Amino acid sequence: MTMTLAPRAGGARTGMLRAVLRNRLAAGALLVLLLMVLAAVLAPLIAPHDPNAQDLLARLRPPAWHAEGDASYLLGTDQLGRDLLSRMIYGARVSLLVGAAAALLAGTLGAIIGLVSGFLGGWLDRVLMRLADVQLAFPSILLALAIVGFVGSGLWTVVLVLGFTGWVAYARVVRSEVLSLRSREFVTEARAIGVRDRTIMRRHLLPNVLAPLATIATLHVAAAIVAEASLSFLGLGVPTDIVTWGGMLSDGQLYLGTAWWIAVFPGLALMLTSLSINVTGDALRDVADPKAYRR
Amino acid sequence: MAELTVRDREGSPGKSAEPRTGAGAGLLRGIATKLGTALIVLFCVATVSFFLVRLSGDPVKLLLPPEATVEQEATLRASLGLDRPLLVQYLDYLAGLPKLDFGTSLFYDQPVAEVLFGRLPATLLLAGAAMVVCLLIAIPAGIIAALRRGRATDSGVMAGVLIGQSTPPFWVGILLILVFAVQFQVLPASGYGTFAHLILPAITLAVYSVAVIARLLRSSLIDVLGSDYIRTARAKGLGPRGVIVGHGLRNASLPVVTVIGLELGSLLGGAILTEQVFSWPGIGRLTVEAITNRDFPLVQASVLFFAAAFVVVNLLVDVSYTLLDPRVRLRS
Repeated sequence: MTMTLAPRAGGARTGMLRAVLRNRLAAGALLVLLLMVLAAVLAPLIAPHDPNAQDLLARLRPPAWHAEGDASYLLGTDQLGRDLLSRMIYGARVSLLVGAAAALLAGTLGAIIGLVSGFLGGWLDRVLMRLADVQLAFPSILLALAIVGFVGSGLWTVVLVLGFTGWVAYARVVRSEVLSLRSREFVTEARAIGVRDRTIMRRHLLPNVLAPLATIATLHVAAAIVAEASLSFLGLGVPTDIVTWGGMLSDGQLYLGTAWWIAVFPGLALMLTSLSINVTGDALRDVADPKAYRR
Repeated sequence: MAELTVRDREGSPGKSAEPRTGAGAGLLRGIATKLGTALIVLFCVATVSFFLVRLSGDPVKLLLPPEATVEQEATLRASLGLDRPLLVQYLDYLAGLPKLDFGTSLFYDQPVAEVLFGRLPATLLLAGAAMVVCLLIAIPAGIIAALRRGRATDSGVMAGVLIGQSTPPFWVGILLILVFAVQFQVLPASGYGTFAHLILPAITLAVYSVAVIARLLRSSLIDVLGSDYIRTARAKGLGPRGVIVGHGLRNASLPVVTVIGLELGSLLGGAILTEQVFSWPGIGRLTVEAITNRDFPLVQASVLFFAAAFVVVNLLVDVSYTLLDPRVRLRS
């Protein structure tokens, strides 16, 4: 009986994808994203050089179409003679991985907190929402450094930091959805026949908040990618022996006067990735909530 | 006539059900509650930052050369007061807060408040200039996009908004340096002091907020322009400018004011990266330095500063919202 009470989410999801694809801009953005993901996954196969191999005779070489360019270094080289294109391809791995993992962690955390807070209410709700206020007022950069100092710097440290600082938006949205769902019949009746709270949250409430969750998560991936780049740019993120776009930009700023390409291409990749994700997220939101956002 | 229509916006009737007589007292009580919450939040931030910063490592090791002896380390630790039990240090720190006494910077060997407030003008100048740049671009862009909804101008503005929201601010700064300082050499790439030094950092910091505010103003104006009282105003022969200025903007301004307030908070946070790119001598750069130097008292104080700025701005937004729109009551 309980199965039929909650609206099913599965059919709606494929409909959502189709609706997103009907938006031509979003379809283009998805294509760009797909190419980025492919490049990241196939990095060892498609990167023309080892991203860390130094060619000291070819330092600060401009892109290939430039008069002094070298055809084997398509986008030029950095101050140590490392191939920029190969480093960008490997950098995509870090960006996409950190972005997706941070959004997943923050989303899971936020969904649980939002469900519990909204459904159970009471003092727990008040404590959790106050915690959200503190989290928002806290500069996440300090949290980043403290965690880096505590567990050592690394890729997963950055994921943890961005995951633990990003949950508030999810929790607030899920909580407000749950507050309005809580008095709906399929919930009150499930309660009346003695279904446990945990089961109600998982089986009846969670499927109904998946659409807003997916939207926030998509937009959060872009935010997390930019945040990781910012941390790496400040030297507080992923350790320097791992290639990141933020780290490349930080190198590039030192050579702006002589080698513009080091700071331009990784930034372009960063912007293009974040732009495609944001376009996809906006389209997703238009589809999920046409009343509020289709303008 | 205008006064009659201004409050015509659709709102939930429940919000204004409160009796008029109790409104003043309710407002005060609401503000008091918000203030109490703000203090609790600040206390939590102070506590968490105190313990978090101590997880990041030992500042004594950074202050002394690597060949220093254990005795020298112990002497320095004692003179900095870092050998006392953690709880004593914590209570000492809390006791100083109400007097704005944040202790002595380990790195600068000066009172933290002095170091911090010495850098404050630079950050306030940067954030203020960025806000001016932001409003000068975002308000016209939002209005034009709303009026030309669906046409090329609108698409152009919206494309700009999307790009602005997706571009990492520090990269915008790098590009601006590349074009205006390296290529054309018309503006300085870094430094502080003259108006020319302010231009590139202010634009860099403003980009993201321009996108947020222009987008919101557009959608909130589109909302308002579709309402009945705007049709009435048009029907009685008011020109497009009168409609926008007299009716549209006034009613579309509420959500925008909120977001402008919140953006002011995020401008201060964004200053950390912008100051780094342009070597701007503000609090943002001071904080990053303090973090890498493990200057505990300075980190604690600057974290508290950013949190306080955020909390105060939120409080002001809440209050101004109530004053601007009598239908909204502060909920206690």
